[in-house]
Amino acid sequence: MLDPDFELREDGTGVAEDWLAWDINEWDSFSLEEALRIREAAVEEPVEVVVISVGKERVEEALRGALAKGADRAVRVWDLALEDADVLAVARVLAAAVARESPALVLCGVQSSDNGAAAVGVAVAGYLDLPRVAVVTRLEWDPASATAKVERELEGGLVEVVRVRAPALLTIQTGINEPRYATLRAIRQGREKPLEVLGLDDLGLDQGHVADARGARVLAVERPAHAGAAEMLTGSPAQMAARILDIVRERMPR
Amino acid sequence: MSGILVVAETRRGQLCDVSRELVGASREVASAAGLRVTAAVIGADAERLAPGLDLEGVDEIVAAVTASERFEAHVWQSVLEALIETRGPSLVLLAHTVDTMGFASAVAARRALGFASDVTAVGWIDGLRAWREPHGGRLRMQLAFAPGRCTLLTIRPGSYDAATAASGYVTASQRTDLSATARSEHVSFREPPSGEVDITRARLLLSIGRPVAEQADVERFAALAERLGGTLSASRAPVEAGLLERARAVGQSGKTVTPRVYLALGIAGAPQHLAGIAEADTIIAVNTDPQAPIFAVADYGAVADLFEVGAELARALG
Repeated sequence: MLDPDFELREDGTGVAEDWLAWDINEWDSFSLEEALRIREAAVEEPVEVVVISVGKERVEEALRGALAKGADRAVRVWDLALEDADVLAVARVLAAAVARESPALVLCGVQSSDNGAAAVGVAVAGYLDLPRVAVVTRLEWDPASATAKVERELEGGLVEVVRVRAPALLTIQTGINEPRYATLRAIRQGREKPLEVLGLDDLGLDQGHVADARGARVLAVERPAHAGAAEMLTGSPAQMAARILDIVRERMPR
Repeated sequence: MSGILVVAETRRGQLCDVSRELVGASREVASAAGLRVTAAVIGADAERLAPGLDLEGVDEIVAAVTASERFEAHVWQSVLEALIETRGPSLVLLAHTVDTMGFASAVAARRALGFASDVTAVGWIDGLRAWREPHGGRLRMQLAFAPGRCTLLTIRPGSYDAATAASGYVTASQRTDLSATARSEHVSFREPPSGEVDITRARLLLSIGRPVAEQADVERFAALAERLGGTLSASRAPVEAGLLERARAVGQSGKTVTPRVYLALGIAGAPQHLAGIAEADTIIAVNTDPQAPIFAVADYGAVADLFEVGAELARALG
């Protein structure tokens, strides 16, 4: 989350970190909820839910939050070489961490709320050569056939129903479910669950892999010309409403 | 540098408008770097659709014919990889759409391409440049790519004007038959319910966001919209909560709208929502959060509670 008064980094290639607040990505909390529901519906074989993130120590708070909600264990991967990693470099590292778990299903958020690239999950599928479906709005998992029947929502509201066999990767859209809250007791239990911290070498990678995977380099970051262009209406709600009516009448002559 | 490959977007046997925008997006780089532009269309009916790519700025059209009747992410991925392999383009342009999200970054990962998604501008400054607007449009980021390496960019719909038709401009057109295996199985399509309301034609849209959670409030805002001479629409959240029909949803998964006035009440402005209102004439946003990204694109903003402002609007209208 970006503070509105943000300042840019001195080298001009990003936002100074003090102006960013860190939290679990909205799309990822829907993905986690979907995974927890699959585990809770499992009758035959137990299902384990593992949460994985690439990031500095500060992402552990979000991972602990996921453990409190019910994930079984967490993995965090970090290396200094990832400081300016782009979506492909992050996907390269995530792919290696996912491969280590060889899960039946990999659930990712469609996109992040900050970068909004909508690219990391499907790039992971590319690296691992996994079948995948992007922008899933409904998921029915059939453990017997190891098949997911999913709905993907296209522009204009058209829905396509698709079946895909595990192992597979799905990118999950917001609104697919109602993410749960953790109870205080669960938060305490979450602190006791395993959270593993890995470096690149634990995944058989080095800084060269990260550099080679990178798809783009940020040259400069600026405030767009249109940002903050809105004329702000002030005063009481009644005064604001009066101004809004003036603007509406001016734009829509009867 | 050997050329620009523009990959058209299709939906159920039709070329999508955004395909012509991609040709528009190729212009600056094509002329600055002296690159030929090849427009490709993929699918069982690619040959039938190919003439639709006879556009100003297109030098060549390729119809990549597949067995697959409709879009399937893995088939499209294989075909695009084959096109890159055989034609060796230095730049590949795709639309940033739900279909593309299913395969573009996988191609970039597997082929170790330069890559950026949801790009709002493409240019040439001593080399290829792309611009993106992360953090809901509150930042503008300039990207560079390793020279000599093919780069794949997905372009945000609405970022470029569509290229105009130029009959007879294209000098070469060819067909390639490519076999590729689907890895997901199409079950069915479900049409969006065709409600009587068409928000794409409204002159004024009063659009409500996440804070509206009660049916009674929806009715109140619907009445207010009508008294303002407009139509009620909404962001994703109230629609997903089942408070309004899907036909009223604005944004990437809903409709792209072009009203003279877009009055956004309690809408923060996720990129998917903003993508749907880029063509609105005047945007007025009311939100309690002064950081809400919608204020970056609005013409007028008010940091206030939507229910209070809504009640005052109703009162002022008598």
